[in-house]
Amino acid sequence: MDRVDLTALFLHFLALWFVAVGGPSTILPDIHRYLVEVHQLLTSAQFAEIYTLAQVAPGPNVMYVTLIGWHLAGWAGAAATTIPLLVPATTLTLLVGHFNERHPDAPIGRAIRRGLMPITIGLMFASATILMRAVNHDWRGYLLTLLTVAVVLRKSWNPLWLLAAGALAGIVGLV
Amino acid sequence: MEQTNSTKPRINRFALFLTFSRITLSSFGGALFWARLGLVERQRWLTEREFVDLLTLGQLLPGPNVLNLTVMVGYRFAGWTGAAASVAGYLGWPCLVVIGMGVLYQHYGALPQVQRALAGMSIVAAGLLLATVIKLATVLPRHWRPWLFGMLAFVGVGIMRWPLLWVMGALAPWAILAAWKEKE
Repeated sequence: MDRVDLTALFLHFLALWFVAVGGPSTILPDIHRYLVEVHQLLTSAQFAEIYTLAQVAPGPNVMYVTLIGWHLAGWAGAAATTIPLLVPATTLTLLVGHFNERHPDAPIGRAIRRGLMPITIGLMFASATILMRAVNHDWRGYLLTLLTVAVVLRKSWNPLWLLAAGALAGIVGLV
Repeated sequence: MEQTNSTKPRINRFALFLTFSRITLSSFGGALFWARLGLVERQRWLTEREFVDLLTLGQLLPGPNVLNLTVMVGYRFAGWTGAAASVAGYLGWPCLVVIGMGVLYQHYGALPQVQRALAGMSIVAAGLLLATVIKLATVLPRHWRPWLFGMLAFVGVGIMRWPLLWVMGALAPWAILAAWKEKE
């Protein structure tokens, strides 16, 4: 593996986040292309392993970029891949948030929020079904997913217990 | 007082930091479920409707959508320092945890029990996300138009697997225009 050019890594991630409208999953294919195909800093299998690990760690799924940076160049690498994701959120989002708080009833703001709300929900439903198909391999998995949905909609148990039950079901080989 | 919808209490920065820390540290398999549970059900800082409103804006802006939501919630209740406290809580811990997990995984990741436990957890996490979406969908008006737009977005991205930007580009202008024309 060549020495990693941290400045280039930082700038590439920074540019990506500004076009990442719709969330981290939209730029995942490009991160893969940049790291695995163009610069060969990681193998495809390493990329997938790191991604899965961040999925199961507590915190937003996007933290896989931190883990990639750390894997490539320790703490400096983690900073080079993590700081860029903060930049749009702390500039553009603050501005829009400020406008939205000052003028909550501005017609244009209301039309945008109201018009796009159903699309947001449709997209989240799409993510949920894509995820469900990715993690489940047979009917027992689907049953566990649907059982989880039923419990969450009816009971207000702490969902950490459900995750623990899922882990247990995995260990004893039920799913 | 807990039930009021539109009044905007001032929340101190430490409470914002703690709440977002708690949300993020329970976020297994994605943060959306836990953000809604923490902000809408546990703290009652936002109504279901306000949550979807801010999430929609967060989705529209570049960057992770729940992070954008975190910034806007922090800013709403305690100005820009509130936003900073919320982001510190939301991203600070996961940075450390994910690196710690990376170290652990180098040692124990190949164990079959670990792999199977992770698989079982991700199946449950998929159910948590699905349940969240079902709860959020209850804020949609009982009118055919929003449901049609939601359905088209789902089919375009979830079933046809078209690029998100195309689907948004095709649907968003019509959805916003329809909402603009509609009187109350």
